[in-house]
Amino acid sequence: MGIVFRKETFRDDFSFRNSPANIRRFPFPFDRDAYMYAVNIEAHTNGRPGTVFENGIDVDEHYVSEMQDRALVLAEDPLRCQSLPHMELAGWDLLELLMEQQAGGYPEHFELHREGLNWRWINRPLGIDDRFVFGDVSTLPYGPMEYITRQSQGDFCLLDQRDDNLWMDAGIVTTQADWSLDFDIGMNFMEWHAPVPRAHEMGVFDRALKFMLNLRHGQPMRRFNWTMTINPRLDTSPENYHKWGPERTTVTTENVGDKVHLRVELQSFWRLPRSNAVVFPIRCYLLKLDELVTVPKWARRMHRVLRDLPQDLVDYKGMTRWRPLAIDYLAAFDDGAPTSPGFWPD
Amino acid sequence: MLQPSIKSRPVYGTLTPRAGSEHLIVADAAGADAILDMAAIAPLGFFDKAHILYVPIEHSNRERGDRLRALDAAMFYEGPSLAAALPRLAQALANARMGTRLYLAGTEGLIGQAMKMALDAGIDHSSIETEHRGSTARRVQCVHCKGITENVTTQPAVCAHCGLTLFVRDHYSRRIAAFQGVCIDAEEPGIVPPTEEAFP
Repeated sequence: MGIVFRKETFRDDFSFRNSPANIRRFPFPFDRDAYMYAVNIEAHTNGRPGTVFENGIDVDEHYVSEMQDRALVLAEDPLRCQSLPHMELAGWDLLELLMEQQAGGYPEHFELHREGLNWRWINRPLGIDDRFVFGDVSTLPYGPMEYITRQSQGDFCLLDQRDDNLWMDAGIVTTQADWSLDFDIGMNFMEWHAPVPRAHEMGVFDRALKFMLNLRHGQPMRRFNWTMTINPRLDTSPENYHKWGPERTTVTTENVGDKVHLRVELQSFWRLPRSNAVVFPIRCYLLKLDELVTVPKWARRMHRVLRDLPQDLVDYKGMTRWRPLAIDYLAAFDDGAPTSPGFWPD
Repeated sequence: MLQPSIKSRPVYGTLTPRAGSEHLIVADAAGADAILDMAAIAPLGFFDKAHILYVPIEHSNRERGDRLRALDAAMFYEGPSLAAALPRLAQALANARMGTRLYLAGTEGLIGQAMKMALDAGIDHSSIETEHRGSTARRVQCVHCKGITENVTTQPAVCAHCGLTLFVRDHYSRRIAAFQGVCIDAEEPGIVPPTEEAFP
């Protein structure tokens, strides 16, 4: 039993793949044949077995390799992980949450033992067995946020709540869709979302903020976001854009199915008990078009969504250059048949 | 004039005299006029509790300096550069009492850097009086090498540190006191649109 962790890369030779079973559990984000912004927030309740919603914090076959990729990013650029001084308590809250969720969801891989403040954390996939004192940073090799997020898939933003706003005052961001934590840290909710087109005018962020300010402990929420990425590169940072940007010109009719990836962010929101901060995990899932078209419903729908996407969103998501090739590729899998409601495979 | 833009882009007001135990005022040559305009409506005794840090920078406009001096502030300083004035500002902020008000006037680079220092001293940005005057030149951080290029007037602009050609975004960080610059020809190196004087 347990997950078989893949050995793979998200850079250089890009050996990342999804197993057939992992394709079926991919969080396909379109519940209809068109896409437009919506607040689309729902309760983050544990869902059906065999889906990414089975546990509050999902661990999958890419876990070990993703953590290795994160370590490479941090060695090159430690500013991808930052915490303003008042956020340490929130970091301990996050450590507790992620340890509880991972140990609870995957007991064959993770164990958490507590005797008062003396904690023992066992992470078998990464070969870690550490004892530490909860709340005493000198007993861990990193600050609490960095320690646990080096062992948790996805980016994490810790948001302080004050003045009826949320402030991004800590985070670890190595699998991002082209935004810079180093630049955005310290900004409020409206400011860090400032560059997003259309959504402000639609009132999406006003409603989303109101919603998040009222988030309650023990009642996490979630939403999806998505974009598309050339090559299965987790670290599409603005810092390195001049290095990965040229890959957008490498898509051809021959390689489009292998190179173009649907990139889905499963964003969840959790109120933290001691600090009253909100943690905002942004978990990135990648799926090659070659893998996507193995689910006929998704192939039809992806073709229609991509074909009908408004031009400003196409430009914002960086798809302008290669989108026609992806549409042509997907068109061969769209027979025009109607698709069933919802995002699950038929 | 600065045009309204995205929500991270700072907006500035008109300096207004506030009730306060002391008034810490920072201005460059263009901002001096905003101080003088505020002086015209300030209550009697306002400048008895004021500390003016005047940094004319490249303008050698004696007349403005003399007029500021004539306001007879409790403390008046005229410095050769903002960099030279910032340690004095840091000390003033560190020693500031409850009820100290901060007024910043001039170019965005001056307002931004003085505000950053105030934020570091624990002052909330929304309590600071600001007024933009003069050039719309921008202070730009290259997102790639993190180097800061001062007085950027063109779109695109060349990073003074790594040499990449940058698209200057409206996205602004108070913590860095700079706009964000992102490589404009990352996808096809060398394919760069013509340079325009965008921030005169």
